[in-house]
Amino acid sequence: MANRHTAPDTPELRARWGSFVFTEANIAKADKFIASYPEGRQKSAVMPLLDLAQRQVGEETDTQGWLPMPVIEYVAAYLDMPVIRVLEVATFYFMYNLVPVGKFHVQVCGTTPCMLRGSDELIAACKGRGMEKGKVSADGLWTLTEVECMGNCATAPMVQINDGNYEDLTVERLDAVLDALAAGGTPEEGTQEPGRHTSEPSGGPTTLKEMVTENHDYRGEW
Amino acid sequence: MSLQDKDRIFTNVYGFQPWNLAAAQKRGDWDNTKDIIARGNDAIIDEMKASGLRGRGGAGFPTGLKWSFMPKESKDGRPSFLVINADESEPGSCKDREIIRHDPHKLIEGALIAGFAMRARAAYIYIRGEYIREAQTLQAAIDEAYSAGLIGKNASGSGYDFDVFMHRGAGAYICGEETAMIESLEGKKGQPRLKPPFPAGAGLYGCPTTVNNVESIAVVPTILRRGASWFSSFGAEGNHGTKLFQISGHVDKPCVVEEEMSIPFRELIEKHCGGVRGGWDNLLAVIPGGSSVPLVPAADIMDAPMDFDGLKAVGSGLGTAAVIVMDKSTDIVRAISRISYFYKHESCGQCTPCREGTGWMWRMMERLRTGDAAVEEIDMLYQVTKQVEGHTICALGDAAAWPIQGLIKHFRPELERRIHEHNAQFAPETREAAE
Ligand SMILES: Cc1cc2nc3c(=O)[nH]c(=O)nc-3n(C[C@H](O)[C@H](O)[C@H](O)COP(=O)(O)O)c2cc1C
Ligand code: SF4
Ligand code: FES
Repeated sequence: MANRHTAPDTPELRARWGSFVFTEANIAKADKFIASYPEGRQKSAVMPLLDLAQRQVGEETDTQGWLPMPVIEYVAAYLDMPVIRVLEVATFYFMYNLVPVGKFHVQVCGTTPCMLRGSDELIAACKGRGMEKGKVSADGLWTLTEVECMGNCATAPMVQINDGNYEDLTVERLDAVLDALAAGGTPEEGTQEPGRHTSEPSGGPTTLKEMVTENHDYRGEW
Repeated sequence: MSLQDKDRIFTNVYGFQPWNLAAAQKRGDWDNTKDIIARGNDAIIDEMKASGLRGRGGAGFPTGLKWSFMPKESKDGRPSFLVINADESEPGSCKDREIIRHDPHKLIEGALIAGFAMRARAAYIYIRGEYIREAQTLQAAIDEAYSAGLIGKNASGSGYDFDVFMHRGAGAYICGEETAMIESLEGKKGQPRLKPPFPAGAGLYGCPTTVNNVESIAVVPTILRRGASWFSSFGAEGNHGTKLFQISGHVDKPCVVEEEMSIPFRELIEKHCGGVRGGWDNLLAVIPGGSSVPLVPAADIMDAPMDFDGLKAVGSGLGTAAVIVMDKSTDIVRAISRISYFYKHESCGQCTPCREGTGWMWRMMERLRTGDAAVEEIDMLYQVTKQVEGHTICALGDAAAWPIQGLIKHFRPELERRIHEHNAQFAPETREAAE
């Protein structure tokens, strides 16, 4: 288990977030999530609603977003759930940020398959750029987190930054991505290995070669 | 013996072509699904049993048999559910991601057919929260399937009503365990339930539920189109079919690739990964099935068939077929210690042996990594793994114990060497010499 705790519940926090409500667009999304579950099971929607709330906080603060206590209370009221049940969920799942994060949440995977292919250097490079684990950098741009396997092991090492994955990284490639983000750009997501498409062997697939150039239908060969 | 492209199920696994409905249909998906459904529930289940498909989520339980545990009729009005496990978080695993983002219609069509066969009212696809782009694609594919009338009311014109919903997780490996997944779907912390009752009796919302892995479900339409005997013509007895392998670590070209079950390890690596980095003599050990299974030293894995029984025979397991290759430059103690850290991080905390044991084992592993330990502590650590294994609510406890047991079994001399080297610094002669 990991230690997770909420931000202190201060008068300033209440003043800033006490009147949080979903935007109209998010109310429509929230109600659509709730409708995915049977009648009377609306609390099943607590996870998507917390995500939605975190994203709205992110938009309002120009960061990845987080969950201040009054926002958690708002979600509880929206779903007619006791606050403690929602708080339990918010603290259990790692993707809910319980404290403020930077504009870019740099999540470096450090689990063994990434470690075998150089995640140590990526973490060192992030630290070298002034990032600290769990802190917001002085310029407000970065928060560094070492995360567990992200399911990109065949294109390791990788980082996830907000909603995008950057794979097959070296320190130079990571630097290029981070520089582009800092400059307001949108670096291309996915593998950063030149010539590689996704998880095929680098240099070109050993199977299904027809598929590279045409949407081949193999049924004729069955 | 070599799998041909025409026998590969996931023809768009690398996403060179679009994932959308029109492109998927051109590749053969959703081709007269109505006819498959018209065969009837029991005929579909029988065909799946005959195909020899074993669950691709790690445990390898026969899929057709699992479906047959679901009630044939609802005596009390409770509906049944199919839950599809797209939580893919086992270190080394990265195959379900490729199905979801590049071939999502195979999964959705499989959901309908499997759901129909087990008389389910709807499928919930539980996708790990970190798969953000993948979830966007999956939801768009589900929307396409609804618009085309393939799912929903009178799905594919079959007369059967069936819904497919996506539910995103939020970062918790334990939600891959089937009862934790159900708890999470109900809006709670993902903490595994005690069994019994088993999900087929009382699962999601207390209703009969079957949980299946993404790959297990996505291969169903092709198996039914081509027949059980086609699928069972691949792989050794009891280990049939084709399989997505995910090779990471110290090979020249890590990749995801669909191959025939039971392919020998060396052939898999030579054919698709450009060999072991630095040559075969440089191979140290392999974790053949994702972080939960014990490592296998180079000599034992070279010619092992990559299937459930073949890897069991070398003291490990196929798991999710996530093959983590380690060459001789690897700090093997650190590699396993990092896995111990993973389990400590992911323990849900509700049973004492796991909550306390995973932290204890990781701290001990870190001391063994630097050699800051006594030789007797190796046995003590082994005993602790035995006290965790089999004494917890879910298999995460076992998964935390096995990698360490594998390390001790195969690398005890290395552990002892580190201890002796570390402790030699404090030996009286050295201290005198230093003074
Ligand atoms: C700690 C833990 C994590 C698991 N994670 C996954 C997972 O990410 N994906 C998966 O399909 N199965 C996972 N499983 C196995 C599931 O509990 C379940 O057996 C599987 O989804 C069944 O599908 P199958 O019969 O199609 O293989 C996990 C099991 C445990 C104990
Ligand atoms: S074994 Fe670990 S993860 Fe599983 S229920 Fe117990 S504490 Fe939770
Ligand atoms: S270990 Fe980093 S993505 Fe799997």
